[in-house]
Amino acid sequence: MEAKRFPYQLVKSNTPPLWMRPLIPVLILLTTFLITAGLILTAQANPFRAYYFFLISPLSSQVSFLEVLVKSTPLMLTGVAVTFAFATGYYNIGAEGQLYAGAIAAAWLGIVLGGVPAAIAIPLMIIGGFLAGMAWALIPALLKVRLAVDEVVTTLLMNSIMAYIVSAILNGPWRDPTSGWPQSPEIAENTMFFKLIPRSRLHFGFIVGIVAIAVLWFILTQTSFGLKMRAVGLGKPAAQFAGINVGRTTLLAALISGGIAGIAGVSEVAGIQYHLIGDLSANYGYTGVIIATLGGLNAIGVFVASLFFGLIDTGAQTVSRAMGVPVYLGQVTQAVMLLVALGMYLLQRYRIVRRA
Amino acid sequence: MEVFIVNLIAATFRVSTPIVLAAIGETYSERAGILNLGIEGIMYFGAFVGFLIADKSGSLWVGLLFAILAGVLFGLLMGFFTVTLGVNQHVSGLGITLLLSGLTLFMFRLFYGGRSTPPSIPSFQVIKVLPDNPILGPILSQYWLTYVTFLVIVPLAWWILYRTNFGLKIRSVGENPEAVDAAGVSVPAIRYAALGIGGGLMAAGGAFLSLFQLGAFTHGIISGRGWVAIAIVIFGNWQPIRVMLGGLIFGGTFALQLRLQAMGLQLPVPYETFLALPYIVTIIALVIAGRNASYPAALLKPYRRE
Repeated sequence: MEAKRFPYQLVKSNTPPLWMRPLIPVLILLTTFLITAGLILTAQANPFRAYYFFLISPLSSQVSFLEVLVKSTPLMLTGVAVTFAFATGYYNIGAEGQLYAGAIAAAWLGIVLGGVPAAIAIPLMIIGGFLAGMAWALIPALLKVRLAVDEVVTTLLMNSIMAYIVSAILNGPWRDPTSGWPQSPEIAENTMFFKLIPRSRLHFGFIVGIVAIAVLWFILTQTSFGLKMRAVGLGKPAAQFAGINVGRTTLLAALISGGIAGIAGVSEVAGIQYHLIGDLSANYGYTGVIIATLGGLNAIGVFVASLFFGLIDTGAQTVSRAMGVPVYLGQVTQAVMLLVALGMYLLQRYRIVRRA
Repeated sequence: MEVFIVNLIAATFRVSTPIVLAAIGETYSERAGILNLGIEGIMYFGAFVGFLIADKSGSLWVGLLFAILAGVLFGLLMGFFTVTLGVNQHVSGLGITLLLSGLTLFMFRLFYGGRSTPPSIPSFQVIKVLPDNPILGPILSQYWLTYVTFLVIVPLAWWILYRTNFGLKIRSVGENPEAVDAAGVSVPAIRYAALGIGGGLMAAGGAFLSLFQLGAFTHGIISGRGWVAIAIVIFGNWQPIRVMLGGLIFGGTFALQLRLQAMGLQLPVPYETFLALPYIVTIIALVIAGRNASYPAALLKPYRRE
């Protein structure tokens, strides 16, 4: 005997109805803000006014609009970094640690390249940060490819280890001798990223981010290596059967991923802080995972998602200043958006139909 | 030297408690086929909710209870994504961790402002079993949750997983959900149950730090312990007793570095080396044990009737 069944059911459909596609981002946004409205209310603020400061006000002046681009710069880089790995089915959650590896390299090169012309020093810093991020990504990648050790766990643990390395450097050899602050000495002026627009914080790192997006697009869609990456990402046994060297493809994608995350660290040191500091990254490495996912593991998606998350980060600061809502609203909104999108993504592939 | 070793053993049990609790929680989840990367966030949120409720209600017990309830709730939320919707477990778990760490910091700022010293409350006290014995005295001078963890929760997890029908179902949905379904058992119900139990244990692990060990909540209270717990589950080959041993290895390394720091030795390496040591040991342990790891066959695979 069967109980009375729910009259509707989900039926798989590989393509969503055409009218629904543009609606999905809108639905994601509305649902996300409906959920976060609850939080804004607990902070005794008016959600509508908060949303104005959150989403509209940053776009209403040139200064704050440029700030959105500044905030999206590291996110573009970590988003691209994570996409390289995830597209290949390698779950690199270590972008946070790899970012700091790049930042350490940049802070060091920023000191030793003092007398070198900027046109040479800055590319060297970017290469140095790439290599450092790559080196930090090498350990979990090798463990995965050679010894089949789960990369999720090792990359996460490597983040914790890196946090202690940064702390050891800043409290030891690089502690500022005059102020006693745990920050590295200021990098030389010729190694600082130049400003794209005078008197703003928008710096050369934004261009680097755009280039990274372009490189991601090119490699993923225009090269045979990109094809191999995606084949491995879709299924290792099938890729192996098709004659692809799964280990080498995974290793290479993991190293590129770590390298680009390292560049994100260079960009924050050389473009914004001019020092290595303990909280250089506001979870950029982890946010990169959200951005890569929301961006659907493709270049355009990652670009749009990082701009939007830059807006949220800027908006959260505005809301915090203007209305006293804790700035962490930004992180909560980003996480809620990811979870809502994961749910909606599924709705795209299923149709609700009435049972016969 | 004897005092040093006795104190080290005592500290090992204390320091291992939150890790073992969380790792046993993760064992339930993974045995049912779900990798719960929400663990770090659930521990963090558990530590905060426990502290907040204990502070506001004046009762540590009520705080602990709410922490566990919150953990169960977010374990079930993980179930909604990975069981009902069947989306990527890595991404949804990490999403829950990011959500809960953001939410915790948001609420912390709301309730306690931007103060520089962490708020504190009187914590649970240690229970001394043999106060006069020179060796067992210090070792058996632990918080009640430590006794419960090692004497009840770990053996119970073993008993449930290997000696009960419910445990058989948990292990089966993690190995071969089709067979479980064919036998007329609801795969989602078992997975939700395992995630709920797991979430409660993870949150209890977090609350152990705030309500027992520290009597305070700090921003870095969990600092990667959840990730360590995940590694320990692999190291322990998804068997509660071996998971506990893994937790004790981590705890031992951690306690050793605490002892060495407390002795104020002038060491040629920065003290962060010792802080990082447990994480390095965990990776090494993973490399050694991971080679023979037998992952639950259906781990990471959503189950859907076609």
